[in-house]
Amino acid sequence: MSFVFYAIAALTVAGGLAAVLLKNTVHCALALTVAFAGLALMFLELDAQFAGFAQILVYIGAVAILVVFAILLTRNAETPKDGVYSRNWLAGLVIAAGVFAVLGWAVLQSVRVLPHETTTPTVTVLDIGNALMGRYVLPLEIVALLLTAALIGAVIVAMHEKERAK
Amino acid sequence: MIETIDQIFVLLKHWLVGFLPAGLQPVASVLVSVVAIIAVFPSLFAIAVWMERKGLGRMQNRIGPNRVGPFGLFQPIADGIKSLTKEDIVPLRADAVVHFMAPVVLVVVVFMGIAVLPMGRNMTLVHMDSGLLFFFAMGASTELSVFMAGWSSRNKYSLLGAMRGVAQMISYEVPLLMSSVAVVMMTGSLSLGKIVEAQNQYTWGLPHWYIFTPWGLAAFLMYAIAATAETNRSPFDLPEGESELVAGYFTEYSGFKFALFFLGEYVGMLSISGLGTTLFLGGWSAPFSFLGWVPSWFWFFSKVMLSICVFIWIRGTLPRLRQDQLMNFAWKFVLPFTLFDLLVAALWRFMGDGWARWVVCSVILLLAYALMGGVGMYRKHFRVRSYRYAE
Repeated sequence: MSFVFYAIAALTVAGGLAAVLLKNTVHCALALTVAFAGLALMFLELDAQFAGFAQILVYIGAVAILVVFAILLTRNAETPKDGVYSRNWLAGLVIAAGVFAVLGWAVLQSVRVLPHETTTPTVTVLDIGNALMGRYVLPLEIVALLLTAALIGAVIVAMHEKERAK
Repeated sequence: MIETIDQIFVLLKHWLVGFLPAGLQPVASVLVSVVAIIAVFPSLFAIAVWMERKGLGRMQNRIGPNRVGPFGLFQPIADGIKSLTKEDIVPLRADAVVHFMAPVVLVVVVFMGIAVLPMGRNMTLVHMDSGLLFFFAMGASTELSVFMAGWSSRNKYSLLGAMRGVAQMISYEVPLLMSSVAVVMMTGSLSLGKIVEAQNQYTWGLPHWYIFTPWGLAAFLMYAIAATAETNRSPFDLPEGESELVAGYFTEYSGFKFALFFLGEYVGMLSISGLGTTLFLGGWSAPFSFLGWVPSWFWFFSKVMLSICVFIWIRGTLPRLRQDQLMNFAWKFVLPFTLFDLLVAALWRFMGDGWARWVVCSVILLLAYALMGGVGMYRKHFRVRSYRYAE
């Protein structure tokens, strides 16, 4: 755990906190991109180039943009009258803590299950590609199918309103 | 001698770094390269702006800048000084922090993309296993800057410009990525260095550039269209259409922040031309094997500047598209054609050597082009338009 790790971790956590605590919705979205960028840096720090760049490409390039687009198209960025905090924040906190506990448990478990590696494994993009096209081709296809279904669904939702307008 | 001239910048760097103690050398080496990039690309930006103003002037029967220095060559310097001395105005209701961050984010991200481009033999700042992905990751981040600029200005023109800009960049990013995937499929690597190496071979003195294959030509054309749209250049310059939106997302920027946007846009153009050069035009390799003695960096930069000339030429030739035409063109023609081109590239790969694959792939692509174009043009009648008020 080096200084770089702590610096990136602080950046990521600060971005995440700002995303929930800031008043202006667009500021929240921008803070979220800071958190995404921090995660990407974390991947790069761990020498996972592909994951890091994919994180930037997908989350900053697409997800963050979609979020701001959704905010701008649905309502203005002004703070609502009754504040930004949800009334049932306690339930949200419990669910978040639960998810975090499960993830943390899984990560800690994996340390015990996997053999302790002394050398850092070198994984190239070629290896990832081979794994995706070989061993994990079925999950990949399922994800692709899911995304296509979502796309068609989005088109149908958009089309429906148009027809009603006529 | 030839070797020395080819490697002159690398040798110069080693010589400079050699003065420092061994412990500092790796850091200093990176710093020198970064300084070189930060010095070279803004100078190319200045030259490109001068070329654009002169070239457009010619096309529009004007003279263009001709007052500062010979042929107006020092005009960019005068412009730079002017923008530095101008007052920096931030609108009263603007979101000051985001308004300030937007040009900074743009310039930083655009310069980072350049880091992976091989600008000559042994002239890559960062050798990355997934350099292409890094470039696109950086390119995708520019959209955020466009949004930040447009939203934080609190100006309806800025916001409209930003919405147009982001929508357009998202739409054309898909074909941009897809057209480069064909190259990745053929090379079997995301590393830009390896992509150039794969093209740096000659048969009968002619290079193995990807543009000289049927799938490569199709992918290059689609890449060029998508790149023009990504950089918001005419005919896809709706986000800053001055007749409708003043200046689009950077309407409310003045002084040096405006200059930064300008710089970001042109350096983005240079870097995306650099990537196109690397992917399809053989990067730093010479166009004929007998020209191999000319330094590799000369080829890279001349190809990039040639692409800039094409950008300028297109800007002087084509009128601006309408928003719906722009979107339809991206999703109904460019994207399907790039996807189809991927299939053709795979076919090319598996047909093996020989003349058969040239014929088959060319015919398939031409048919696909005619078919898709025909479907797109179905029941659309184009004729010479006449305007009552203009006659």
